[in-house]
Amino acid sequence: MRDLGIKVLFQGINFFRLLEGLWVTVKISLISVVLSALLGIVLGMIMTIQNPVIKAVTKIYLEFIRIMPQLVLLFLVYFGITKAFGIHLSGELSAVIVFTLWGTAEMADLVRGALTSIAKSQYEAALSIGLTMKQTYFYIIIPQAMRRLLPQAINLVTRMIKTTSLIVLIGVVEVVKVGQQIIDANRLTAPSAALWIYGLIFFMYFIVCYPISILSRKLEKLWSS
Amino acid sequence: MKEKQKEVVLQIKNLKKSYGDLRVLNNISLDVHKGEVVVIVGPSGCGKSTLLRCINGLEDIQGGTILLKDEIISGRDKNMHLIRQRIGMVFQSYDLFPHMTILDNVILGPIKAQRREKKEVIKEAERLLERVGLLDKRDSYPRQLSGGQKQRVAIVRALCMHPEIMLFDEVTAALDPEMVREVLDVMLKLAREDTTMVIVTHEMQFARAVADRIIFIDKGEIAEENTPDEFFINPKTDRARQFLNLFEFDTE
Repeated sequence: MRDLGIKVLFQGINFFRLLEGLWVTVKISLISVVLSALLGIVLGMIMTIQNPVIKAVTKIYLEFIRIMPQLVLLFLVYFGITKAFGIHLSGELSAVIVFTLWGTAEMADLVRGALTSIAKSQYEAALSIGLTMKQTYFYIIIPQAMRRLLPQAINLVTRMIKTTSLIVLIGVVEVVKVGQQIIDANRLTAPSAALWIYGLIFFMYFIVCYPISILSRKLEKLWSS
Repeated sequence: MKEKQKEVVLQIKNLKKSYGDLRVLNNISLDVHKGEVVVIVGPSGCGKSTLLRCINGLEDIQGGTILLKDEIISGRDKNMHLIRQRIGMVFQSYDLFPHMTILDNVILGPIKAQRREKKEVIKEAERLLERVGLLDKRDSYPRQLSGGQKQRVAIVRALCMHPEIMLFDEVTAALDPEMVREVLDVMLKLAREDTTMVIVTHEMQFARAVADRIIFIDKGEIAEENTPDEFFINPKTDRARQFLNLFEFDTE
């Protein structure tokens, strides 16, 4: 029995298809993460401005994205926008939109928190040695802010990668879906294949997420010297 | 006693500063000459720190002018950073940059703001660190240093910019007593080398030893201006007398 199960992994192009599925997951995650990081940093900096309108608008945006389950957001974008505006969005595009909106909100909050945690006296000390405001941000504030938000930013990245598994439900064929298809196809011949397939998928997620944690740990060490 | 014919480095004329409706500094006028050490004393909240911060452009002023070597530096919108390069300021909370080594802390300003050559700056930074006895800490990080050491580094960081005047804002107030001395010694050395200094402090014996002139500020105004000996032994005004009594203890 067990023998049959593991064999499924090596049959035909099963493994290759799983890798393809993994690539879809990684691609969507990567694009969303990069966009979220860039937009999140900009938005985070904007959020530190003491303007009641900015504060209100960003607060609404943040709360909305956080309260909504990601799945609902996915349905909203994939099905809702199509119905409302008549535009057809692919599952992958919808996924990128939703994850970017989510990631940007979380990242902006992290950036804002990191920036406001840096004492005003650091700005003053930098200005007092004749640095311009731009130089102050570049050499003093941003390096410190990055060190402060790194652990939570990495945590956000891994959470985003794992949550992408939801896109199965808007029809994107990513790694979990491929796994299900393989298991279904071999339901009669290798019933225990599920164990091996999901085991492999778990391993694949691990391979993707673990190096990111290692990288983060290395950076933390490098920066704290 | 420094002669009045010496070049005037800093001129404050009729300075007025308010926070909203609260007038914090009222008509302050003061000249600081080259090589002079002016010590500002006064009760808490009298505006001494605010005065230094106004000179350095960290606070805006509501009236009056400040001139650095005959150039108006108050009320500037642009290029204040160029002026700040000529004014060295040391804060009570040292504010070293925690993500940089001691050496990097010191050389950042000269290299990035003044665009001096790195090799030359490093040499000078090391020389200054050696003078305050901290050369062996050049590759350490601020968190590895004691308060007194950090403050000495902060002084070196300001000195490395070759400022025309040094401002010290209660730099020993946050230090443990054992560490106060090492910082004051550095400041005494600077004073003896004819550095132009404006010092705000509560350390009265130090003020007496280092000052060429004592400025006593009370409730936002200069209440008395005197030589250190005169001020401490025979203050002219009642307010000064009351203030100095705070530092006397009866052994009854």
